[in-house]
Amino acid sequence: MTAPETTSTRADICAAAIADAFRDDGEIFASPMGLLPMLGVRLAKLTSNPDLVISDGESLFLAGVPPLFAKADVVEGWIPFPKVFDVVAHGKRHVMMGATQVDRDGNQNISAIGDFDRPKRQLLGSRGAPGNTVNNRTSYWVPKHSTRVFVEHVDIVSGVGPRRAREAGPAAARFNDIHRIVTNLAVLDVGGPDDTVRLLSVHPGVTVDEVREATGFALDVPADVPTTREPTTEEQVLIREVLDPKGLRFKEVPQATAQEKTS
Amino acid sequence: MRGPRDKRMSIEQVVDQLEDGMTIGIGGWGPRRKPMALVRAILRSDLRDLTIVSWGGADVGLLVRAGKVRKLVYAFVSLDSVPLEPNFQRARQQGTIPEVVELDEGMFQTGLRAAAQRLPFLPMRAGLGSDVLVNNPEIKTVTSPYDEGHGHEELVAVPALRLDVALVHLNRADQHGNATYLGPDPYFDDLFAMAADRTFLSVEQVVDTAGLTVDTPVQRLLLSRMLVDGVVETPNGAHFTTCTPDYERDERFQRTYAAAASGTDEEWAAFEQRFLSGDEAAYQAAVRELQEEKG
Repeated sequence: MTAPETTSTRADICAAAIADAFRDDGEIFASPMGLLPMLGVRLAKLTSNPDLVISDGESLFLAGVPPLFAKADVVEGWIPFPKVFDVVAHGKRHVMMGATQVDRDGNQNISAIGDFDRPKRQLLGSRGAPGNTVNNRTSYWVPKHSTRVFVEHVDIVSGVGPRRAREAGPAAARFNDIHRIVTNLAVLDVGGPDDTVRLLSVHPGVTVDEVREATGFALDVPADVPTTREPTTEEQVLIREVLDPKGLRFKEVPQATAQEKTS
Repeated sequence: MRGPRDKRMSIEQVVDQLEDGMTIGIGGWGPRRKPMALVRAILRSDLRDLTIVSWGGADVGLLVRAGKVRKLVYAFVSLDSVPLEPNFQRARQQGTIPEVVELDEGMFQTGLRAAAQRLPFLPMRAGLGSDVLVNNPEIKTVTSPYDEGHGHEELVAVPALRLDVALVHLNRADQHGNATYLGPDPYFDDLFAMAADRTFLSVEQVVDTAGLTVDTPVQRLLLSRMLVDGVVETPNGAHFTTCTPDYERDERFQRTYAAAASGTDEEWAAFEQRFLSGDEAAYQAAVRELQEEKG
């Protein structure tokens, strides 16, 4: 089977897939970490979920939906860091974080690579990942899907997957909700057997085998894997002309259409 | 009528009150409104074996690079526009920080809250199931005596983060220690002050008490003098972190810092020589000189 013709860039497809992760969230604080998640959340707010609450990434809730990194907008609320932790504990939030490693059980690592006591590579630290994952809906964005990211076991569990949450007891499992993992190749969730990572769709031009090869554990692959949807014309206009006219998204996901990639 | 005490002091007088082995909380957040002039003064001192409690930025990077830190309590260390703090990264990878306690960001706030309320711990969901509990086996869980329909929930008993001293930087204060932030975020500087036995406050400007509310709402008065032991006027004292609206981050200086920190030992030594070998006035002069260079 050949991939369908497409004029969307891979970055646009990722943005629409991220937007879809937020479409059914209702009136909650959408908290994207990083550029493509910010683009996807703003796209969702302009299309499928206008009730989303978004911020400037610092301390203001924005009433409008400004382009990426634009300063001026109407402010509708105040969300300094002390209040962010209140919203996390309260639960009306969906965060999309980055992930240096993700394992088969949906655990995520942003802390360090190697032993915690003497890491080979120190990263950020666990940040808010432990609290996010036991309190509110959490998704991950992985701009380079590879066996370095998708590993059998993460070195340090920052973000808690469903199995670890279950093993830690009801207080940890009650609100654990790992919703989507969107990558440059595919959309995944943790709906596989025993809450393991499952392939939901492959982006246009990507094969299931490519995703399998780029994943360092046995990925749950349903018999029929659909292709990630193309952005609508409206979405493409919003991405290209309103939200990201400068093409900042191509720094995270290089500009290559499906045809260019396969030719 | 006698008024409240005048608490103005110099940077050196603050550092004179610090001792080896103390637990010091540093306010601000990452590379935002950090009491950098006070941190630089610690670098110049012979203080050692400190326990540093910080949502970390270059404050942590500089102190670990200088070998001042015996124990570090953090949730992250970042420079924002440079995601990974090179000095912190280097220290961790070389194993030069004897003891590290990595917490979730919210656990950190809860630990300060517990200390502020003189409680031994506060319960929290954050940390459950994560390696924060595995890597910090001294952090225990606590079982709820109540069943709200989900069983007796077992929660993290976040231990109090008690501080000997808190160091914070705000925009304005009076000579008694009443202080206001003018930027968009208070961060947690009030909580640091309440978690500490003593708090030293640096500010961009010391003003009359009446001046504190001339052009900003009373809700911005974050610190009461009850919580403050010393006030230091340090213009540009948060440099190179943000101190909105007085100034934003000095990105160019931060890039210079990050490049030196990730470079060779010689490159770091040259940075130290240029910026950190003199007093605060010499630092500010060297910063101005860098700003005047072309590029």
